Amino acid sequence: MSQTVPVRLVVNGEAHELEVEPRLLLVHALRDRLGLTGTHVGCDTSNCGACTVHLDGQAVKSCTVLTVQADGSEVTTIEGLGSPEKLHPVQEAFWEHHGLQCGYCTPGMIMAGADLLKRTPDPSEEEVRRALEGNLCRCTGYHNIVKAILDAAKSGDTGQVEEPEPSQEGREAAQEFASEGLGA
Amino acid sequence: MSGDGAPDGKWVGQRIRRREDPPLITGRGRYTDDITLPGQLWMSIVRSPVAHARIGSIDKSAAEAAPGVHGVFTGEDLAGDFESPLPMAWVPPGIEIKTPEHWPLARGTVNHVGDPVALVVGEDRYAVADAAELVGVDYDELPVVVDMEAALEDGAPLVHESLGTNKSHEWSLGTEPDDLEAAFQQADVVVEQRIVNHRSAPAPIEPRAVLADYRAGDLTIYSATQIPHFLRLFLALALGMTEDKIRVIAPDVGGGFGGKLQIYGEEYLACALARRLNRPVKWVETRSEHMQVTHHGRDQVDYMRVGAKRDGTIVALHSRIFGDMGAYLMLLTPLIPELGAFVMSGCYKIPAVRVDVTGVFTNKTPTDAVRGAGRPEATHMIEVTLDKLAHELGMDRLELRRRNFIPKEDFPAEVAVGVIYDSGDYHGTLDKLLTKVDEQAIKAEAPEGIVRGVGYATYTEICGLAPSRIVGPSGLGLQAGLWESALVRVHITGGVTVYTGTSPHGQGIDTTFAQIVADRFGISPELVEVVHGDTGTGPQGLNTYGSRSLAVGGEAVVRATDKVVAKIKNVVANALEASPDDIELTGDKFAVRGSPDKGMTLAEAAGAAYIAESIPEDMEPGLEETAFYDPQNFVFPFGAHACVVDLDPETGKVSVVRYVAVDDCGPAINPMIIDGQVHGGVVHGIGQALYERIHFDEHGNLVTGTFVDYALPSAAEVPSFETDRTETPSPVNALGVKGVGEAGTIAASAAVTNAVIDALRQVGVDYIDMPLSPVRVWEAIQAAKGGVAA
Repeated sequence: MSQTVPVRLVVNGEAHELEVEPRLLLVHALRDRLGLTGTHVGCDTSNCGACTVHLDGQAVKSCTVLTVQADGSEVTTIEGLGSPEKLHPVQEAFWEHHGLQCGYCTPGMIMAGADLLKRTPDPSEEEVRRALEGNLCRCTGYHNIVKAILDAAKSGDTGQVEEPEPSQEGREAAQEFASEGLGA
Repeated sequence: MSGDGAPDGKWVGQRIRRREDPPLITGRGRYTDDITLPGQLWMSIVRSPVAHARIGSIDKSAAEAAPGVHGVFTGEDLAGDFESPLPMAWVPPGIEIKTPEHWPLARGTVNHVGDPVALVVGEDRYAVADAAELVGVDYDELPVVVDMEAALEDGAPLVHESLGTNKSHEWSLGTEPDDLEAAFQQADVVVEQRIVNHRSAPAPIEPRAVLADYRAGDLTIYSATQIPHFLRLFLALALGMTEDKIRVIAPDVGGGFGGKLQIYGEEYLACALARRLNRPVKWVETRSEHMQVTHHGRDQVDYMRVGAKRDGTIVALHSRIFGDMGAYLMLLTPLIPELGAFVMSGCYKIPAVRVDVTGVFTNKTPTDAVRGAGRPEATHMIEVTLDKLAHELGMDRLELRRRNFIPKEDFPAEVAVGVIYDSGDYHGTLDKLLTKVDEQAIKAEAPEGIVRGVGYATYTEICGLAPSRIVGPSGLGLQAGLWESALVRVHITGGVTVYTGTSPHGQGIDTTFAQIVADRFGISPELVEVVHGDTGTGPQGLNTYGSRSLAVGGEAVVRATDKVVAKIKNVVANALEASPDDIELTGDKFAVRGSPDKGMTLAEAAGAAYIAESIPEDMEPGLEETAFYDPQNFVFPFGAHACVVDLDPETGKVSVVRYVAVDDCGPAINPMIIDGQVHGGVVHGIGQALYERIHFDEHGNLVTGTFVDYALPSAAEVPSFETDRTETPSPVNALGVKGVGEAGTIAASAAVTNAVIDALRQVGVDYIDMPLSPVRVWEAIQAAKGGVAA
């Protein structure tokens, strides 16, 4: 298993080139190689959703994506969604509505919620609950998570939930990766 | 509302946003697995695939030769590393508890699937996981016993041959047997019910994790634990070290629910390896391991008997509890059913109550505290049996409860099992609940083809663990006092650091404590930092479980703060040439009563205390105080919950469509946090009632070993909740608070089950065991119809 392959990723707007074992999970590349520990691991069967990130603008469970599959892609993690100084509307709403307790499922919940609002800017409670089916929380009973996402939808940013802008360097790297195609 | 101002000048009672949240919502939290140390190695555990066996030869050679591996160790290899086995802390006077030795790695035999037999330590998490697969272990299989009632039969296979029995202990509480039977003689009606409260998992979303770092005689361990101070003590005993050389840090902890109220073998092992290898060692539990080896909860078979007069007056209650201990007794394993015994009277005035507990060993994962710990089981059996009694008497379920409620004016009220309920207003919570629940209207609105049921549960719980004199070695028999400590330090510029011995992991205690302290100092909670979960800071603590953090830890904070306030008054009085007795806090100033303009803010008083040139001559400089608080009594939160279920008789599927909770945990410090605790607790109880079940097959294999087959409820399975409160202060502490972390779980399984039984009565079913899965409900319906399924 010592064989490695090169992988290029743009994560939160920054370009990275990594040498990885083909079996390395994306979540472990993010956590152990890039130090982005905001993305958590809560199960080993893709049920809990604590590891949810956005891959080329779509929510995925990063424990179920091999790093090599993400070669040439843009990844947004919780660290890139908003900052303590400028919170994303879903982050703001989680704070306002007590949508978290221990905080462990929270990054995945927020990434799933942001993904939902991008696709469905004005969801019903039923739609929010269905969209969160793949994200488990043991603390909150979901009540305030659902309330937070519904409130974020009302915040006026509905449908305008943007991925963070890649840096110039990242943008160029992404274009370069794209022109070379996937794989190395 | 962003909670940045206290409208009426008080922070206590305000719904302010949590100070814990900014790092957690931006991915800047710091959980154990987020911490990496230079030179760090990884540990992986080789676990038994069989439930009961003698360990034969262990072949380590292939694993030792695998890339990246630094060592492979068995229980025998590490036998000299530990001076004591894993602890069990309950030694009740006069009662023998048979406690098998439980080592971090098995020695000689394995006794449940997942029992650890060896470990691999190496370069990275993938390498050690690979190598663990290469360790060859010969198992000489032994007979297995899985069912606890079968385990008590003559000739049953023994889990521990050396103990000569599968019975771990027997323990009783309450009315003497003869008096109890005499009380039952007074009854016109006696109902009996066998109730299975099945095994379930704590399942915090963060699995356990440990990182041990040993440097020149000093050990630092990061652990996802609820009990860092207890861990330090037991590590010291096991490793032959003294506590001053050990620092335990519980960084951000991703939920516990009792599962992290434990001393685990992996904690000992990581420390022993770090000491042996002089390298930091990390272990992170997989979810599959969590389901297999982190302790489980519940798992009781209960035989309830309740006798009443024709008018509904309950005259006697007997509960016979069989508790499945699993294969070992861990920290509090045998004590859990007994915690339920203390509230076996529920909210009711019952002259004769007796509880008999039998603990049973089986070849399964050990059980121990899971949210509620014995009290959900007790409440379930009381409340489900009460509905059956009401049906038997032809009496309204709530009328039966009202007739037997301990009246408000009786508090403090001693119940038949000997504990003294501190305060209560059971009619009050039920009245408030019923303003929100119109059962007739709810049922009239049932969708076509659906049977709708409404269920209720009223409960009281025993919290605020615990008065040391009652629970200590010569009382209940815990080998510890259960007081709590706080150190309140005012800095020279007026900021405040509170060190608490509690170790919260999601409960919002930082915010709650900051609100309490802010009011007493006339400052914003923004200026109060709360430090916890680190044995290297602050005084000795006793950590977080049993809904104790506020009722015990919060009161310790109040007392330390009040000592600081007393000193401030002396500083200010000295400066103003007034009497300390005349100084009071008005707004943000400590000033002479009636002259609020002349006075000092906290920062000014702190400056004076530290600069120390103008304080009284006999006063020590500085401004900090410590308090240790040992409560005089437990506290008894209570409430009334209602659940509405829709049941599809064609499929047996049950959906919770409405849930209303009225809880009383004394005066609210932060109502938002209280509601959040109730929501989470209720879903935990709904999970127990409908979805979650740890199941072993007849060979002791864990069938529900992942989140694929262990059904934690998701957002799609549960509704939004309606919550409300009444506020009946506890006389036990200055804040009057009682705790709310377990309340929802304690009430919910009974409320859901009573709702399902209410629906099923319409088709002839009068009792059903949890979990109320579609197949089980459907089979019950078919059986009631006289069909073949049962």
